[in-house]
Amino acid sequence: MVQAAASEAAPSEAAASLTEGRRSNRRVGLIALSMALLMLGLGYASVPLYRIFCQVTGYGGTTQRADETKAAGVQVTDRTMSIRFDANVERGMPWQFKPLQRTDTVTIGERDMALFWAKNDSDKVITGTASFNVEPEQAARYFNKIQCFCFTEQTLQPGEAVKMPVIYYVDPAILNDPDNKDVEQITLSYTFHVTSVSDAKTLDHSRTGG
Amino acid sequence: MATTAPEHFQGHVDHHGHADHDHKPSFFARWFMSTNHKDIGTMYLIFAIIAGIIGGLFSGMMRVELAEPGIQYLDIFARWFGATNPDFNSTLHVWNVLITAHGLIMVFFMVMPAMIGGFGNWFVPLMIGAPDMAFPRMNNISFWLTVAGFISLLCSAFVPGGTGLGAGTGWTVYAPLSTSGSPGPAVDFGIFALHLSGAGSIMGAINFITTIFNMRAPGMTMHKMPLFVWSMLVTAFLLLLSLPVLAAAITMLLTDRNFGTTFFDPSGGGDPVLYQHLFWFFGHPEVYIMILPGFGIISQIVSTFSKKPVFGYLGMAYAMVAIGVVGFIVWAHHMYATGMSVNTKMYFTAATMVIAVPTGVKIFSWIATMWGGSLEFKSPMVWALGFIFLFTVGGVTGVVLANGGVDDVLHDTYYVVAHFHYVLSLGAVTALFAGFYYWFPKMSGRMHSEFLAHVHFWIFFVGVNMIFFPMHFLGLQGMPRRYPDYAEAYQHWNHVATIGYMVMASSLVIWFINIAYAFLAGRKAEDSYWGEGATTLEWTLTSPPPFHQFETLPVIEEAAHH
Repeated sequence: MVQAAASEAAPSEAAASLTEGRRSNRRVGLIALSMALLMLGLGYASVPLYRIFCQVTGYGGTTQRADETKAAGVQVTDRTMSIRFDANVERGMPWQFKPLQRTDTVTIGERDMALFWAKNDSDKVITGTASFNVEPEQAARYFNKIQCFCFTEQTLQPGEAVKMPVIYYVDPAILNDPDNKDVEQITLSYTFHVTSVSDAKTLDHSRTGG
Repeated sequence: MATTAPEHFQGHVDHHGHADHDHKPSFFARWFMSTNHKDIGTMYLIFAIIAGIIGGLFSGMMRVELAEPGIQYLDIFARWFGATNPDFNSTLHVWNVLITAHGLIMVFFMVMPAMIGGFGNWFVPLMIGAPDMAFPRMNNISFWLTVAGFISLLCSAFVPGGTGLGAGTGWTVYAPLSTSGSPGPAVDFGIFALHLSGAGSIMGAINFITTIFNMRAPGMTMHKMPLFVWSMLVTAFLLLLSLPVLAAAITMLLTDRNFGTTFFDPSGGGDPVLYQHLFWFFGHPEVYIMILPGFGIISQIVSTFSKKPVFGYLGMAYAMVAIGVVGFIVWAHHMYATGMSVNTKMYFTAATMVIAVPTGVKIFSWIATMWGGSLEFKSPMVWALGFIFLFTVGGVTGVVLANGGVDDVLHDTYYVVAHFHYVLSLGAVTALFAGFYYWFPKMSGRMHSEFLAHVHFWIFFVGVNMIFFPMHFLGLQGMPRRYPDYAEAYQHWNHVATIGYMVMASSLVIWFINIAYAFLAGRKAEDSYWGEGATTLEWTLTSPPPFHQFETLPVIEEAAHH
């Protein structure tokens, strides 16, 4: 089935075809390389894309943010939903942080305010940012915040305590979502993190085990 | 890189006039500055065997610890790695280091170098009638980058990794365990190892793609390429498209660890789940990267020893393409436990199960190839049959685990361990041994002992099934992965698995004896020692092939079959 090709080609012809092969190899190699670089770029592009995806879909418990005009247009229903509040701080952060009400029963569509309380127990000025999350995750896209202390950084003086409000409503569309039909309570959870000042977040390599 | 290739190519033209003497460079130039695909392939195979022994020893250390409930040996192992008077935490940390090292070594430094670097380098150019790879010097860089990566990984075991010495993150290197959970340079060494070997693999992939597209002999159309070449082409594309995503993810880990970025840190607006998405976008194609070349090897072997062309050649080739394509859109089935909506789970369940269709095409086509064939049970064929059985078992448990609902129960249990070892440790490794016995005489010029190869197979087959089949029971009973200790109820099957490890390990001794036998007393191998069934181009050459082959390109006739 295989036979050796007679090497009848003139040397110049062979050289020409080799040059051709060389150029073609380089072209295919560069196309392949650019595909790899494109995927590398896509890997990094996934960071902002993922954030947008989470904000739009509520994926991973990302709550929605609504402005006054949008909130004003929401139809109030006659159904209620229990909201549970949870608050904690990053490990090692010298703050106390707790909700002033454990649960609230709200009418779906109606806006409500919850209060949180935080106190700086240390003798230093500390700025914190709160990250937030909703459980069950499929309810996150219906959980709208109009105003929240988590939208901005909070700075507390040594020993200072503050009350912080969250104004929110549950979108009535949740009543039409089959994934949420057995949801009777939504938990809103906040975690305060120390806002990184310069390189405070860099891992401390001197602290090693072994 | 591209400019170096022509010089080498030119070399062939120069050699043309005096091709009768097959001259080789001096030892150092030949093995350390090698541009010869066969020499590089040999180095990859030797490297993979060394890495496999090390990774296999780590699994032995884990099996001996798991033989009985309680912690018996980790303290001793901690001292081996250089810890003085390890406390309980750093003793347990050794366990994490072992599972991490075992996973990374077997995936990146054993299976991939052996399948792609070893057999791929050796036989892709031979099978398509090419004189060498397209970029021979880049080929050399690929190999040495892999070696450098391996050394970096080994270094990580001796430096602090947080709780104790070494990187204890699992092969997945999930944040935040790998970021804020593991201070110390060990994880940085591990990440660096992945960068190096990943760069080597991407270069290798570019090399294979260019070689296969551009350097086929006259008449060797894409649809006449042997299935092993097809499998390497699909594998190279998977590498090219998935490895850069891993590179991006682990670079973000590195900057999160050392330069204060917060890609995966919620306190700065990041999300650790994003790391899992990026990792598995790479990780799922990666498992096909490890098994597809095995599919190719098995296709060649089954065809050879059935003395028939492969049944449904085009279906077989495009089944691999389909597995490769669909493999990119199923990644989140590794993440069912991260909290996904029912609809997302439904999609990933369905998409994952779709892969069973092209995989089934392959399994049934191998069986159909044997059907009515003139079967000969030489050692590669026996290993290939072992592969088909073991891979099918692993595939079936894969379909079970693909269900989002079932996975809620089985996630991170030994059932998962059993599943992926059936497809990889048993599937991919069995395919590697099949390929080894199929091609070893072609590569070395010496026949191995068929008797020892059969004994090796049967002991290995019994051993690996003893290790991994009981893990299905353990998983279904709820035994979690990644712990050095377990409830006493799980003792029986763990004990059986540890005995199975010893059985499997003893089969490897027979393998080494067989290699030694071949070199010391083996018969000289003929050109086509498996007889008329072996129809691909490597069998038209001597055993071992000349240092430079196909100086005049072979021409494949119209009627030639695959």
